[in-house]
Amino acid sequence: MTVMTYADAAKAALAEEMRRDPLVWAVGEDLGRGGVFGQYKGLVEEFGSERISDAPISEAAIMGASVGAAMAGTRPVVEMRFADFALCAVDELVNQAAKARYMLGGQTNVPMVIREPMGIWRSSAAQHSQSLESWYTHIPGLVVVVPSTPADNKGLLKSAIRSDDPVVYLEHKNIWGIKGEVPDEDILLPFGKARIEREGADISIVSWSAQLHVASEAAENLQTKGISAEVIDLRTLWPWDKEAVFSSVEKTGRLLVTHESVSVGGFGAEIAATVSEHMFKALKHPVRRCAAPRVPISYAPPLEDMIRVTATNIVDVATIMMDSGN
Amino acid sequence: MVLRYDVIAKEIFLSSSIPLNLDIERYFNHHKMMNRIRAFEETAATANADGLVLGAIHLSIGQEAIASGVCQNLEKDDFLLSTHRGHGHTLAKGANPQSMMLELLGRRGGICKGKGGSMHIADFSVGMLGANGVVSANINIASGAAHAIKLKGGNNISCCIFGDGAINRGPFLEGLNWAGVFKLPVLFVCEKNGFASTTVTEAMTSGEGGKQRAQSLGIPAEEVDGNDIVEVDECVRQNIEEIRSGGGPRFILCNTYRLHGHTASDPALYREQKDVDEAWRNDPISKCRDLLKNAGVLDEDLEGHQTDALSEMRAIYDEAKQAPWPELQLAYEDVQDSGDPREEAF
Repeated sequence: MTVMTYADAAKAALAEEMRRDPLVWAVGEDLGRGGVFGQYKGLVEEFGSERISDAPISEAAIMGASVGAAMAGTRPVVEMRFADFALCAVDELVNQAAKARYMLGGQTNVPMVIREPMGIWRSSAAQHSQSLESWYTHIPGLVVVVPSTPADNKGLLKSAIRSDDPVVYLEHKNIWGIKGEVPDEDILLPFGKARIEREGADISIVSWSAQLHVASEAAENLQTKGISAEVIDLRTLWPWDKEAVFSSVEKTGRLLVTHESVSVGGFGAEIAATVSEHMFKALKHPVRRCAAPRVPISYAPPLEDMIRVTATNIVDVATIMMDSGN
Repeated sequence: MVLRYDVIAKEIFLSSSIPLNLDIERYFNHHKMMNRIRAFEETAATANADGLVLGAIHLSIGQEAIASGVCQNLEKDDFLLSTHRGHGHTLAKGANPQSMMLELLGRRGGICKGKGGSMHIADFSVGMLGANGVVSANINIASGAAHAIKLKGGNNISCCIFGDGAINRGPFLEGLNWAGVFKLPVLFVCEKNGFASTTVTEAMTSGEGGKQRAQSLGIPAEEVDGNDIVEVDECVRQNIEEIRSGGGPRFILCNTYRLHGHTASDPALYREQKDVDEAWRNDPISKCRDLLKNAGVLDEDLEGHQTDALSEMRAIYDEAKQAPWPELQLAYEDVQDSGDPREEAF
């Protein structure tokens, strides 16, 4: 085990995979200088500028060329810089990468990882702050990964690089610097396997990415009120670990889903619907969501904070759920 | 069929302005391929009229010299990315027309298992990485396939064919710039057939067009008569040689005319009949046939190309009509390795 940051854990994963497989390469704007968040720092020195490749500010070309390069036998890791910018390459991701295997009758796979740093981060405003993970879960063919810890960022990125599916890999910008113990060995975390962050008996709180840490803080606060919350980190949204959520709800009878992205049409709705369909009789209270209102993200910190779901928000909702149960 | 010469015609040929070093066998083969493409397209039109083609198909009648001239110059391990109007390219790259016709009819044994249809035909066994339903989307993919060649160190190349409508979408700029920046082995071929769907392309294109746009990105570009198989063949051959020897990307603009509508069901009433009649007088297959006749090739052999191609494609159509629908479980296959879509199924 080594203590390292979320960003360095991903870098370690990429470097290990590039050493293991000469067909793995990374491409995106600014990679030659370590990437806009430093998450590639030092890699060009080890692997050279062909495998840690700079790119023009052409998201459609970065994505589209990687689709072609994946179909022609390499394994590109695509850096989109900000999740918001990946919207310039939606055709290449949704119509091409996600569909090629199916519409070409299984003649090809498209093994590529699309890294999209997402989320609210230091007054970045509406075009550099979005969390769009739920969009991608809607697209057949894509895998959606939302790591929350340094260890997971290593284990999931390595699995993503080895996956033959196109993987949308959403790292949260606000947790690049968080530190944690990361296994030194060749750790591969499976997709669709949640992690129980904290065990509890009264209410299940499901989250992912940076919001997981907010959920944990809320669980800590709930404990002081005598409420025992179980916190589940989904880690991946497609596939997602229904069994983990079901068995937790079976135990607690209450489900709260929290995410940083907009509540309307968010992945929380999918979880709520699935649990209602399969677990209705186990529920002691209607499923609740704590997620962002449907407004763009602001620049001024007080405005930005207005739409951020806090631990206090989660505690308040969870408390109401406990009080008005049955 | 063995190539046979008419002695008298050959004397005429020798005294004519046709270059003496013309490789007759080469153009005899092109003539044969062009006739096979034409016959495939005509048979597809029949199938469409019979109501057996399920989705839209886009015929390449009148553009066969480009398909044959480009794709017959590619090696099997060269990559090809094509368009929604891609039957001819695919056939000339070596795909099996029976599997293609089955795909058009959405039947079992279709080249994409009946899951793609005309606009997604691909045959990876001959390097054909796909037609595309999105105009110009194949350009970035072709550059990327060439990028993989560069990374892996092969001597093969990537070839991307698109229409004149494609030069107005972003991937034209982004994909050509990419190929230029990374000096990739790509041949870009623009089939300028005059129309972007039902719109005259030039009416919606500012500036001088594809060739000048490619040149402005530093990519050597040439323009040829896309209905003249000799011009296309020679230009393509020379450019491929330069690309293979490490010269980076090349662009060829092929002027042609779309003799049919945008889709097989489009009567194309938005254009003057006299323009269409005029264009038929410039039919690439007739031009190739005249060339070979003047070079002394027997007329009956050239005629044979047409009749053989028609019987080949008719037989293919007859067989496709008899084929069953695809197995139903295919609807859930080839989606992805991770996750099971059946869990959410009704």
